[in-house]
Amino acid sequence: MTGPSRTAANPPYRLPPPMFHARCKACWFVAALLALVIASFATLDLRWGEFLSADAARSMGKFVGEFFPPDTQPDFLARVAVATWETLAMSALGTALAAVAGLLLAIPASRMHERDPARGRTPTRWLLNALRSIPELVWAGLLLIAAGLGPFAGTLALAAHTSGVLGRLFAEAIENMPRGPGAALRTQGVGEVRVFLYAGLPEVLPQLMSYTLYRWENNIRAAAVLGVVGAGGLGQMLQFHMGLFHMGKTATILGAMLVMVACVDALSYGARRWLTR
Amino acid sequence: MASLPNAARTAPPDRDPAWLGRVFWACATAVIAWPLFVATEFRPWTLFEPDNLKVTRRFLADFLPPAYSAEFLAMVAREAWRTVAIATVGMTLALVVAIPLTIVSTRVLSVSALPGRMARGPFVVRQAVRWLLIVLRSIPELVWALVFVRVVGLGPTAGVLAIALTYGGMLGKVYGEILESGETHPTRSLLRNGASRMQALAFGLLPQNAAELTSYTVYRWECAIRSSVVLGFVGAGGLGQQLDNSMKMFNGGEVLTMLAVFVVLVALADRVSAGLRRSLG
Repeated sequence: MTGPSRTAANPPYRLPPPMFHARCKACWFVAALLALVIASFATLDLRWGEFLSADAARSMGKFVGEFFPPDTQPDFLARVAVATWETLAMSALGTALAAVAGLLLAIPASRMHERDPARGRTPTRWLLNALRSIPELVWAGLLLIAAGLGPFAGTLALAAHTSGVLGRLFAEAIENMPRGPGAALRTQGVGEVRVFLYAGLPEVLPQLMSYTLYRWENNIRAAAVLGVVGAGGLGQMLQFHMGLFHMGKTATILGAMLVMVACVDALSYGARRWLTR
Repeated sequence: MASLPNAARTAPPDRDPAWLGRVFWACATAVIAWPLFVATEFRPWTLFEPDNLKVTRRFLADFLPPAYSAEFLAMVAREAWRTVAIATVGMTLALVVAIPLTIVSTRVLSVSALPGRMARGPFVVRQAVRWLLIVLRSIPELVWALVFVRVVGLGPTAGVLAIALTYGGMLGKVYGEILESGETHPTRSLLRNGASRMQALAFGLLPQNAAELTSYTVYRWECAIRSSVVLGFVGAGGLGQQLDNSMKMFNGGEVLTMLAVFVVLVALADRVSAGLRRSLG
């Protein structure tokens, strides 16, 4: 401490900083954001008038009113239960296939050790990115042509998108694993395949499992709506009954979807709590 | 070999000791997975039936060359912009939904909770808002879009509303979690010393959480672009709707071009969002 400072904390001759100057990154960010938002609002032909009018409110009210009472006939409920099971099966099988395919793609997509030339790394990563950036629903639309309507196309679509996601995550996990055990086996002259099976895989398996379970949770949600393009499960039933204006049945299906998603959420929350306790 | 003792011959040293267990678990998995294969009508050989194969081959052959007429490319560019615009407008409206709900539901901003337990009234309100956010978020945006297409007709309005509601729910929930996970001491001190709740929010909570809130919002904007393409499939406009039309017409060339544009669009959004988030630190 050398006595009180000579300069005031906020010297009176200093003006407040200007609102905008060319070197302020945040200012440019906000300006660009504003431009984007204004341009978006300006170019979309949004029909707020129609949506906010009394007429629309009435039709919305009527639409919602038609949902009640939901259809609770036993045989319809049984069909909803079957569709729910189909949705769950699609998501589980799609994720399992994706885990296998993702692992097979992650191996060429990762550099196993420092001297590994990893020639396939870049092309495989491109493939993974392409698989990943096309959403499940678009995959389903494409695969319907080859596999026909039904849950098979949905399963393949989930597997295609998820193998891109998981492959990338797996590759990251494999590249970040400890090198010691692998190097020890390699110096003994063990082949690459067995090094991966006995040194690499045991290291990363827990992480791969947790990624896979996380994607499964996501895929259950995705599988519920995949059927909208005709790929099986609850979504297909929803699209069918909504198309025929069976509003009671639609309400039941929506309820089943909500309950399923809520159960998955609760289970995963509980499992996370239990695992990180 | 003949000179080796019997025991060594029956158990060669380089044999996997866990082999039996691995085989057992592989078989058990196959048995458990069987009902799944049945339920999903998993019949890969249908892909290779002559009829299906012919259709697939024609569709794939159609992919090349991709459609690149100037008129078509202009249409794709317009629709790609519409996709981004739907996502942006949807996010803006989602913020309009999420911000008030977040402010209402944040526990840290409760004055009555300062001494100990929150009073009954505010507790009920906060819990009700939380449930509302959960409901908004747990209905998939595609279902919202289906509903709104029925009410407001085909076009971007349905997509914008669907994104606004689902993402409003998501943002509201995560904003609340971010605000409550940080250091709450400054906010509480402000409230104790007579600051209003908005002042406590502006000077206690926002300064420490602004970067995280912004980065989550940017990430969600990126997700919204992806989902606005998907919403096009149920008639909410944008690239997805054109893609759906071309798929239904089996026009492979157009499908390939639009898929490529879509992949580039998503990659760009990914880059922009990652860059912004990195600069936020």
